[in-house]
Amino acid sequence: MLLDAKIPEGKLEDKWRNYQINSQLVNPANKKKLNVIVVGSGLSGAGAAATLAELGYDVQCFCYQDSARRAHSVAAQGGINAAKNYQHDGDSVWRMFFDTLKGGDFRSREANTYRLAELSAPLIDHFTQQGVPFAREYGGVLVNRSFGGVQVQRTFYARGQTGQQLLLAAYSQLYKMIRAKKVRMHTRTEMLDLVVVDGKAKGIIARNLVTGAIERYAADAIVLATGGYSRVFRLSTLAIGCNGSAIWKAHKRGALFAAPSFTQIHPTALPQSSEAQSKLTLMSESLRNDGRIWVPKDKNDNRKANDIPEEERDYYLERRYPSFGNLAPRDIASRAAKERIDAGHGVGRLKNAVYLDFKHAIERLGLETIQDRYGNLFSMYKKITGVDAYKEPMQISPAAHFSMGGLWVDYELMTTIPGLYAVGECNFSDHGANRLGANSLLQASVDGYFILPNTINNYLASEMKTPGISSDHPAFEEVEEEVKEYIERLLSINGTKTVDYFHRELGKVMWQECAMSRNSEGLKKALSRIEEIKEDFWQEVRINGSASQMNPELEKALRLADFIELGILMCTDALQREESCGAHFREEYQTSEGEAVRKDADYAYVSAWEYHSEGFKLHKEVLEFEFVKPTVRSYK
Amino acid sequence: MKVTFRIWRQENSKSKGRFKEYETEGLNEDMSFLEALDHLNEQLVLQGEEVIAFEYDCREGICGQCGVFIDGRAHGPHRNITTCQLHMRSFKDGDVITVEPWRATAFPVLKDLVVDRSAFDRIIEQGGFITAKTGTAPEANAIPIGKEIADKAMDAAACIGCGACVAACKNASAMLFTSAKINHLNALPQGKPEAYSRTKDMVAQMSLEGFGNCSFTGACEVECPEGISISNISEMNSWFLKAKLFG
Repeated sequence: MLLDAKIPEGKLEDKWRNYQINSQLVNPANKKKLNVIVVGSGLSGAGAAATLAELGYDVQCFCYQDSARRAHSVAAQGGINAAKNYQHDGDSVWRMFFDTLKGGDFRSREANTYRLAELSAPLIDHFTQQGVPFAREYGGVLVNRSFGGVQVQRTFYARGQTGQQLLLAAYSQLYKMIRAKKVRMHTRTEMLDLVVVDGKAKGIIARNLVTGAIERYAADAIVLATGGYSRVFRLSTLAIGCNGSAIWKAHKRGALFAAPSFTQIHPTALPQSSEAQSKLTLMSESLRNDGRIWVPKDKNDNRKANDIPEEERDYYLERRYPSFGNLAPRDIASRAAKERIDAGHGVGRLKNAVYLDFKHAIERLGLETIQDRYGNLFSMYKKITGVDAYKEPMQISPAAHFSMGGLWVDYELMTTIPGLYAVGECNFSDHGANRLGANSLLQASVDGYFILPNTINNYLASEMKTPGISSDHPAFEEVEEEVKEYIERLLSINGTKTVDYFHRELGKVMWQECAMSRNSEGLKKALSRIEEIKEDFWQEVRINGSASQMNPELEKALRLADFIELGILMCTDALQREESCGAHFREEYQTSEGEAVRKDADYAYVSAWEYHSEGFKLHKEVLEFEFVKPTVRSYK
Repeated sequence: MKVTFRIWRQENSKSKGRFKEYETEGLNEDMSFLEALDHLNEQLVLQGEEVIAFEYDCREGICGQCGVFIDGRAHGPHRNITTCQLHMRSFKDGDVITVEPWRATAFPVLKDLVVDRSAFDRIIEQGGFITAKTGTAPEANAIPIGKEIADKAMDAAACIGCGACVAACKNASAMLFTSAKINHLNALPQGKPEAYSRTKDMVAQMSLEGFGNCSFTGACEVECPEGISISNISEMNSWFLKAKLFG
């Protein structure tokens, strides 16, 4: 299979313009005859659906939640990056591009990453116009702050609820187009499979989660905007419903899956407190701007945090990475925390946390400033832990967060199945092996609002000439039958274990062997353990109730069955990549000081996996660095 | 820890519901309330009973999906939190805890504790947006917005659309929700051109959906996870009056 990324000609700064000049357009009068399905209603999905409808396409949008406004973009707290250089601190599109490429450890495409930075500035204008109440100075201009892994102030924010505010803007634009009757919204509807006709994506099979009805939807193009899949770890910062089913089913129908094992572990979540826990709560890493991270120097120190004097505290990030300190990128900060915790310096009841301390910031800036900057995060912390973090340090811990991997897409955001696009977190592009803070809202938004609406025309212009396919086509019937049989098979197992039992088992293996650090032996063990879990699942899972009703256990089981298979691919990918890069830290490849060793000569490619029932086949998209020279990533 | 859950069970929107009691053991005080319900559901699966349908997603207090009525209060015994932020440490060993869905004509029960809140989306559909096509925005700093105004808009915009205000109100009024949405956009220069039509259309839809009038009890503000101020309602009334007179 040829992996053509379709990178346009020209200098980096001309590529996007050149693409737009050369791509095909669809006559406005013809657009209404073309229909597009968008699966997912977060920032990328709602942005895409609203914009495609504005362009004149007939759009249907799907989400599993009760309302489009619940999509998990809502939970991103810290902010969104844009190269506006409002602060005159040396920012530029080029610097943002370089920071992002370097932050991702040179495992992403130059052209995509440059375009991300290039489109960031107009995106802020766009959201401001839609009514996002970004933070402002008294005189009325926008405020910026710096954010994990970046030395300039390029992050825009709306208190600690930036994701919520951006999502509400996208959601409101979506409902504007629903009112205009250009979008049909299907809430509480989950895509269960993809229909491919003559090699092109032509529709989806979905389940109405209220009635249980299996429904067919046909379209001229399908856009997947289904977010991340880090719930494969069970405990993660993601919403409980986030799943990988739609992209996994697309993968099984022929879409290549890229960099599956690149999972970002976020350094500032609340620690796990018991086995019964269902998720880990994220504290915004904007807290790292002013908070200082430390552990006691003495691992047997059982004193309360405030009783430990300065000289007996180890500010390990400041010690190891003096120029970035507490702002070190997420992979570095997470791994450094794990290192300290593993060395026995962890704090808290389960010794699995580090301190994030605001004492110095409050002394320096005053309580009021800290309240203004982070007030809602402090009150959230108090609600969950019962602790007042203005008075004693927070306890934080690393947690599975963002999936940099996802469906392989070209420069047009099209997967290897013609007519199937993937936008936002469910594609693999832009972030490489590690995502910088405040780049996820950015990528989701530019994919949905700016890029896809410009690239999809190129495909639809040619689809205009072929007759549309209706959902009566035999291919739909066939896939629908397969979906129904699959569900029946699951329900008929009637075993002795719950879905959550299996999810906990899978999560333990994935967290132990395929998270912050990996090694060959552990990954091989994980692969055989997951095969056992898979076999046991298909013999012992129990789901009560029927498929023709609202059945939350069935929903969970369907998602988990896919997570188990995805877990196998993730470990396969991690095992194959014999180097360390970004979030992928292979213990065999590190310096004597514990820093990652990247092997550019052998691994400067995107791993893109093709599905076969008997195993996965690797394809390589070689990354060519034409404009920058990959350097060793040092934050010292 | 051991408690008895007294939970509303209802097959679907057409059937009649009833309370059913479940004795639940093996809980601990660090569990969130939703994790305790997960725990109960695992018990039910193994006993061969259908699980209790309840809603949640983010489990960090921001998606707004997890609303249930607990011992007669929206989101349980504390002020200004969501159900996912309620922990079992707020209950005592041996407690009997009554859990029921939001009760409002405009929020029909779909199953057990799950209600249909799409009425909120239809209120948004009638003007809860700024009409701005993608690609038409001026430079963001071209329209200065003073900090006080941006903060005021943000205070209102913080609404998570959970429906606790409706559930807490004797009249099942959606005025706190609607007013928060209206005031967020009406406060900003970008939202001003459509302020009158937005206010009229959203208020009209609110009535059409079957929500009642403000009951003046202030329960909505107490139960709102974001502490959205009740003063939003009087501001909305003022916008409505102006819209009627000048709009």
